[in-house]
Amino acid sequence: MIDLLGTHYNYLVFVALVAIGLYGVTASTNLVKKIIGLNIFQVGIFLFFVTSGYVDGAAPPLVGHGSGPYASPLPHVLILTAIVVGVSLTAVALALIVRIYEAYGTLDEDAIREVQLND
Amino acid sequence: MTDAIALLVVVPIVLALAPIAFGRLWNRTGWLAAVVAALAHLGLALVVASQVAATGRFTYAVGDYAPPFGIELVADGVSATLALLVSVVTLAVVIYARRAGPDSNGFYSGLLLLTAGISGVFVTGDLFNLYVFIEITGLATYALVATGRSPDAALSSLKYLLVGTIGASLYLLGVGYLYISTGTLNMADLAATIPEVGYDSPLVLTGFGLIVVGLAVKAALFPLHTWQPDAYADSPDSVTAYISALVSTAAAYALFRIIYAVFTPAFDAAAPFALDALVILAAVSVVVGSVLAVLQSDLKRMLAYSSVAQFGLIVAGFAVANATAVTGGLIHLVGHAIMKAGLFVGVGALAGVAGGRTVDDFAGIADRAPVTSAAFAVLAFALVGVPPAVGFAGKWHIVLGAVEGGRWGVAVVAVVSTLLTLAYFARVVERMYFREAPIDASADADDSTVGDNGATDGTLASDGGSEPSSDDAAGISTEAKVVVVVAAVGAVVLGLFATDLVAVFEPVLEVYFE
Repeated sequence: MIDLLGTHYNYLVFVALVAIGLYGVTASTNLVKKIIGLNIFQVGIFLFFVTSGYVDGAAPPLVGHGSGPYASPLPHVLILTAIVVGVSLTAVALALIVRIYEAYGTLDEDAIREVQLND
Repeated sequence: MTDAIALLVVVPIVLALAPIAFGRLWNRTGWLAAVVAALAHLGLALVVASQVAATGRFTYAVGDYAPPFGIELVADGVSATLALLVSVVTLAVVIYARRAGPDSNGFYSGLLLLTAGISGVFVTGDLFNLYVFIEITGLATYALVATGRSPDAALSSLKYLLVGTIGASLYLLGVGYLYISTGTLNMADLAATIPEVGYDSPLVLTGFGLIVVGLAVKAALFPLHTWQPDAYADSPDSVTAYISALVSTAAAYALFRIIYAVFTPAFDAAAPFALDALVILAAVSVVVGSVLAVLQSDLKRMLAYSSVAQFGLIVAGFAVANATAVTGGLIHLVGHAIMKAGLFVGVGALAGVAGGRTVDDFAGIADRAPVTSAAFAVLAFALVGVPPAVGFAGKWHIVLGAVEGGRWGVAVVAVVSTLLTLAYFARVVERMYFREAPIDASADADDSTVGDNGATDGTLASDGGSEPSSDDAAGISTEAKVVVVVAAVGAVVLGLFATDLVAVFEPVLEVYFE
């Protein structure tokens, strides 16, 4: 078990990040904190992909840089795309939050619900 | 001409830039760009469809990188039909939006990005590429929902963004599990390599679970539907019509591809509990969605919950895992898109005359807007499943397939859902046709003479009904009327030609169920 912790700590970090992120999205009533939680959740998944391409003691997959085994570059490339998607999502989310703050004067979910009920 | 399949995605994306680039020069740029894109999309979809009809399934290697290393686009009977559906719905919504708005260039940019994303979902043959298109679809949808004027629209959009992103991320994680176990992302290649890893491998099963849950969030199955009623109710009418017709449809289609092109029916044979669980999720969604729809007084919310139920039915058809039920699911997927888009445009148009969009506001509306009301009623009964409309053809095949597969539960749920669908539409149609219009609501109508007609005497109003052109002009634009009527006619005609639709889907499914 200790052995597993030592060799697979990257996967444990992935699980921890995903769990922390999901907790942040669901438990916090502050909209900005929800977005932060969402980002942590996504970063956890990115770490999972990136770490899966890593091979212990492997060479970079370039001609003239040692012989096999090579580390897999594909997951890294995929995650570059996914990071771009994540940044766009955060931008849209923050733009929406600015509009919500202008309309309700608060970022707290419960307070917004009270404003809606009073209208 | 095979480039047409890639252009289905490229053309709307490029034209999405036009409203932003030239919007300041002429403020109608957005609408014009959207019309051009919709017509070009229709032409390209017809080219793809004719090629599929001539030669059957064909693939396209993006950038000439041979699959499985490069990204592959796939055209077959199912994806070509759905690409055509995208063109038709886009064209209809753009025509409707000319008068109904939202009248901004940003809206048309978002709409075209959404068109590109959905087209991409329908034609891609690569799991990661599918993720990217799902996220483009998602991003464009969040932006479009937020074009609603009320601050509630922004809040609904943010709620959708949070839930939708978690769904898409779970899908991505599932794809990661499959990639780690097989080393490939190409759908056809995965179908060959997953059996080598073993269908009962924990990695493969977990990957399947994560992908299905992620897509179920996007397709809005109960209990993952929480984003959907708010998003539909707070969006402008043209946006609701578009996203109700295509966004969940794209997710359900992705689910169909994952189950049959990636996991294949052999997976169902090896691990039957996976699809059993999906059948239960779908069946619960049908019943709860229908009951919630019956409880709504706001018509847009009622139609939104109705979508939860209908997508439950479609996914149930996919999960029953025999060719008849899957055909039923696909027919209902196409039919639902046409009927729901028509119904939402109908609600938007009639609400303008009625002065509100609750069930009670619609009392007596048939006298004031006979043509639109009649088309709305036809669409409502088509969705209930009255033959010969397309709603009947879809449900019939799903029930038939469920009985063939020994899934009596699904058959019972489908029949019960039909009764519940009738329950929530019958009360609307009953109010539209057999109740007197409240006097204050009549005064809200744009045309004062029509308002007097409705208020003073029932016979006068029905006299007006014989001259729909003058009477219907109250507050409904010609565009809206045309779109609703075409949707109603389309739903019936598609039902009459349902056997041809079955023939189009058959070669695709034959490969999966050989």
